[in-house]
Amino acid sequence: MAAREPSAAHVVLLEKLIGALTSKGILTEAEIAAKKSATEKASPETGARMVARAWTNPEFRARLLADGTAAAEEFGISLAGNPPLGVLEDTPALHHLVVCTLCSCYPRVVLGFPPHWYKSTAYRARAVRDPRGVLAEWGTMVPAGTQIRVVDSTADYRWMVLPVRPEGTEGWSEDQLATLLGAEELVGVALPKVAKAQAA
Amino acid sequence: MDTAPPPTHHDLGGNPKYRCTAVEPENPALNDFDKRVDALRVVLREKGLITTDEQRLKIESLPPEEYFGLSYYEKWLKAMAAVLVSRGIVSWEDVS
Amino acid sequence: MSPQFAAGARVQVKNNRPETVMRLHLRTPHYVRGRQGIVLRALGRFPNPEDLAFNRPAPEKMLYHVLFEQQPVWNEGEAGDTLLVELFEHWLEPVEG
Repeated sequence: MAAREPSAAHVVLLEKLIGALTSKGILTEAEIAAKKSATEKASPETGARMVARAWTNPEFRARLLADGTAAAEEFGISLAGNPPLGVLEDTPALHHLVVCTLCSCYPRVVLGFPPHWYKSTAYRARAVRDPRGVLAEWGTMVPAGTQIRVVDSTADYRWMVLPVRPEGTEGWSEDQLATLLGAEELVGVALPKVAKAQAA
Repeated sequence: MDTAPPPTHHDLGGNPKYRCTAVEPENPALNDFDKRVDALRVVLREKGLITTDEQRLKIESLPPEEYFGLSYYEKWLKAMAAVLVSRGIVSWEDVS
Repeated sequence: MSPQFAAGARVQVKNNRPETVMRLHLRTPHYVRGRQGIVLRALGRFPNPEDLAFNRPAPEKMLYHVLFEQQPVWNEGEAGDTLLVELFEHWLEPVEG
């Protein structure tokens, strides 16, 4: 499935807008290209590495939960000029699910571009009202007795989930643990599963 | 809350119209247009020429058929252009 | 300036719907208007997005994480499931008792 291509009118609008801005000396094509390149580097791997470290290092875990922005700095990721990062701690009794019902707020610096489904009308409408039904779209079921807390990103923070470390990962390295985590697990629509990394 | 007025169309939380709409788990990669719009947005924001808040207002102001019909990045582009015209940084003639 | 509401405070979200009268940029979703919740914690002061959206001076307001139970909001949902929403101080009122 490829991303929908823009209509001709929008392609023209983009080029006219960039043309006007460059001819007024407001920005250059080189700046746009450089930003495009830099943004492409952001990915859920960063969030995955942060969670993997939290799973193996209790002091880092405490720092991550206390201040996600400062914890990202430890990975060489600066959030300067970006919204603060908050990290939501899952426990066996509590599972978090992140959504932005009003638009598409997402912790891009540590997770990359928001997934298509995260921005969709159906997700934004249903996640706050039927989180268990939404999780079922991914085949995810939380254990009996676990409560779901849906976190609506309505203001300045951006949120990432710190899932419960799954069974069967004793002795795994941070790198191995990070393979269990993608955008789905860090938003909360999926739970990290050992089966996903059988090839590792 | 039977007497509450219907929410603005972008205020989607719990909207019953979508209760049976599937959330499709696919995540197609962004195309070149998408990435270019996104990069432009960040460059303009970092230069202090637009804010995310202004852009959101412009997106929310799109009529429902555009809000739900245009692609995500088509909407960002229209909103960005509208903010820049509102601020007098470009004119509507520049982008017509 | 310290937060008006302490962690654990019970608050009510104002039931106003000013967006039905004029175009505004509000970050208080309709589904919490008029609802009661518990403050989890204060998140810090941020410029008011309602003003930023109109490119006018935006005074800083205190932002809170407020917890709501699902069932009273929707008349459906699993007991114990909750909603956690970032809300600005000027949308919140104390609840007595």
